[in-house]
Amino acid sequence: MKKSAEPPGPDSRGGRLTRRAFLASAGTVGVATVINSQSLVGQPMNSVAGSEMKAGAEGAVTVTLRINGNEHHLRLDPRTTLLDCLREHVVLTGTKKGCDHGQCGACTVHVNGRRVNSCLSLAVMHAGDEITTIEGIGHPGALHPVQSAFVAHDAYQCGYCTCGQIMSAVALLKEPCGPKDDDVREAMSGNICRCGAYPNIVAAIQQVRGKS
Amino acid sequence: MQSFEFLRAENASAAIAASARSSTAQHGASVRFVAGGTTLLDLMKLNVERPVHVVDINRLPLDKIEQLPDGGLKIGATVRNADLAQDPIVRRDYAVLSEALLAGASAQLRNMATTGGNLLQRTRCMYFRDTSTPCNKREPGTGCSAIGGANRTLAILGTSEHCIATNPSDMNVALAALEATIHVQGVNGERSIPIADFHLLPGNTPQRETVLEPGDLITHVTLSPPAPGSRSFYLKLRDRASYEFALASAAVVVTVADRKVTRARIALGGVGTKPWRSNEAEALLTGQPVGDPAFRRAADAALHDAKPQSQNAFKVELAKRCLVYALKQVT
Repeated sequence: MKKSAEPPGPDSRGGRLTRRAFLASAGTVGVATVINSQSLVGQPMNSVAGSEMKAGAEGAVTVTLRINGNEHHLRLDPRTTLLDCLREHVVLTGTKKGCDHGQCGACTVHVNGRRVNSCLSLAVMHAGDEITTIEGIGHPGALHPVQSAFVAHDAYQCGYCTCGQIMSAVALLKEPCGPKDDDVREAMSGNICRCGAYPNIVAAIQQVRGKS
Repeated sequence: MQSFEFLRAENASAAIAASARSSTAQHGASVRFVAGGTTLLDLMKLNVERPVHVVDINRLPLDKIEQLPDGGLKIGATVRNADLAQDPIVRRDYAVLSEALLAGASAQLRNMATTGGNLLQRTRCMYFRDTSTPCNKREPGTGCSAIGGANRTLAILGTSEHCIATNPSDMNVALAALEATIHVQGVNGERSIPIADFHLLPGNTPQRETVLEPGDLITHVTLSPPAPGSRSFYLKLRDRASYEFALASAAVVVTVADRKVTRARIALGGVGTKPWRSNEAEALLTGQPVGDPAFRRAADAALHDAKPQSQNAFKVELAKRCLVYALKQVT
C-alpha cells in the first residue's frame, strides 16, 4: 500500500495546515462559538452557598487546575470535559479521545492518583485535584517502567489507545489485583485495543509487576 | 450538549434548594446533581439529558462508610463504587455487594461512579439513548421502539406495553437482596425508603423511574447487620467476560441449617425493569432441603411471570440457570 505523502506533524508545512494544527484551530473556534451562544441564553455563573467558582464573562467559568504538578488558570465553558480541556486548552494531546462515552479507555488519566475516564468528567469539577496525564509520568530518556515495558514488549500497533493503556497500567500497580494474567485482563478491561495487542500489553504489565 | 449553569454545592441544604427548582426529579429534570458523572455526562452528550443547572455535590460530606452501632453499615451517597467494593467490612459481611460492584463497568468507571449515582443509573436501551427514535421513557407518548425492535438485551420481568427497558445496575441487584434502605433528604426533611419501593415499574409512566421528587438528595444507604450464618454470592452472565452489562444476574443471600434453607433473599438483574427481588422464589426455597430440585422450583417461580420479547426468550432459561448456579455456590 502506498504511504501517505503528508505525514502528521505538529506544525503547518509549506503553507498548508497539518491535521493537528487544523484541529487545534477548529477547536478554538468551536469553543468561542459555544461561549457566545451561552451568553445569548443568559446564564451567568452563580454559586450555591459560597462556591469557589467565579462568575466569568459570557457564561465561561474560571477554574485553576493542577496538571502534572503545574497550575493552569483557565476560563472554560462549563460543558468542557476534562478530556477536551487537557487536549484543546492545555494542549496536552497525549490523552486521546476515542469513544467520548466512557467505553474505550483511551482518555484515561489519573485524578488524585486514581485512574478515571476524563471524557465523562467536567473540567470545572476538578479544582483542587491533582491531575496526571501521560506527559506527567515519564519522558524520553526517563520513561516510566510501564512505558519501557510497553516498548520492550511491543505492546501496541497503531498506538492510539496506548497512552490510556499505560495510564491504566500505572494505576493498576497500586490497586488490589491478583497475580495471574487473567487478573490483569480483568483489571485492564476498561481499555480497548482495536489492534488486539492485548497479549503483549498483559506481558508488559506482568513484567513490571514481577509476575512474568 | 445543551449549555447549562454549573453550580457547586457547599452543603446539602444548598443542593436541595437548587434541585427543588426543577419541575420533576425524573426524566426531563432541569436540575441534575453530578457526582461521578458517568451516567449524566454520557447522556448529556447524547442530548438525552438536557439539564439547565448541574449541581456538583462532590464537596458534600457524603463519602464515608461507617459501621452502625447495631452492626449494620452506613454508606454515603458519594462513596465511589471502587471504595465500596474494596471496603473490608463490605467484603466480609456483604460479599454479594462487593462482587456485584466489581462485576460492573471498568476500573476507571468504578473509581468515578458513586453509590447514589448507581441507584439512579439509566437504562442502556439503545432507543432511549438515540433521540432520533421514539421512546416512551425519553419522550412520553411517542411509542416504544424496542417492542418488536432490537430487544435482545431488554427486560422480561416488570415490562409494560409502553416500556421494556432493563435496569442495568449490578449494585442495585445486590442491594435488593440485602434489603437496603435508601435515605433521602428533601425539602420536607429526611425520609428513608426500602429499596424495594425506591424504583418504579414502567407501567404507563416509564419516564418515572424512582420515587424521588424535586429537591430530593440521596444522602446515604444503610444495610442491616448480616443475617447470622448467611452466605451471599453474585453471579453475572454476559456476552463477554468483562466490562459488559448483564444478560442475567443473580444476587443471593442464604442461610442453611441442617441442610435446609432457613432464610433466603433473592434478586435478579439484567431481566427486570427494576432490580428484581423475587419474594416468590424466597418463599418456595425457605424450609426446603438444599439441592437442585428446590433451587429449580425457586427459579421457575422467579421467572413465572416472564414476558419474553421477539429476541430475548433465551433470557428466561438463562436467568433460571443463573439463579440455580448462584444458589449452589452458597449452600
